[in-house]
Amino acid sequence: MTDIAIMILSTIGALFILIAAIGIVKMPDFYSRLSVTIKAATLGLGCILIAAALFFKEFQVTTKAIAIIFFVFITSPVAGYLIGKVAYVNGTKLWKNTIIDEMKNDPDSFCAAVKDIDKMEAKEKAREKDREKDRLERKKPEF
Amino acid sequence: MDVESYLIYVIMPILCLAMIMILIRFLKGPQIVDRVIALDLLITLGVGFIGVFSIIAVNKNFLDVAMILALIAFLSTVAFSFYLYKSKKND
Repeated sequence: MTDIAIMILSTIGALFILIAAIGIVKMPDFYSRLSVTIKAATLGLGCILIAAALFFKEFQVTTKAIAIIFFVFITSPVAGYLIGKVAYVNGTKLWKNTIIDEMKNDPDSFCAAVKDIDKMEAKEKAREKDREKDRLERKKPEF
Repeated sequence: MDVESYLIYVIMPILCLAMIMILIRFLKGPQIVDRVIALDLLITLGVGFIGVFSIIAVNKNFLDVAMILALIAFLSTVAFSFYLYKSKKND
């Protein structure tokens, strides 16, 4: 009975990982590739590790498997969110058939914050240049 | 058919095929962010690979390695996104 459960769980996990691999090769766009990645990472990995926990039937192994599953479930969406935002800020183009781009004119978005930060840094650089000019003018000897 | 032979002859070839496909995207990726997510998925697949291999080898110590690999995957993705953002801002 346990053998059948292990076989079914490992098969589901392997199939999810294979679907993710096919998706990451065939998808037309960076963002759709990203969406495929996260689902496979959580669901496929979870099934395989639960199969390992069922096989060993020990307290240590079950704890380790649950810890790995919990960690992956928390961290992989965060990593996907971060890399997606950075790709959008860096100017990765959407697919040509994309219907809606919600990040375009959003004042609360990460892009707007980045633009504000860039403006602040530009202002600071301009002030530093002015200060250097003042110093140079002071150093000039007056005749 | 017992569990070990099923895992060796059915599950492992599927995982190897998936690994080859992800490697194609890792080598081909048009931008660097594609390579980063391919690397992330490759390490995640490595964690699953180690989980299956610990069943085949009947050795529970391999799961420690899987935990460390999961940590490294998250850290590498966050570090790559951080440095990509920094490099874009300096241009």
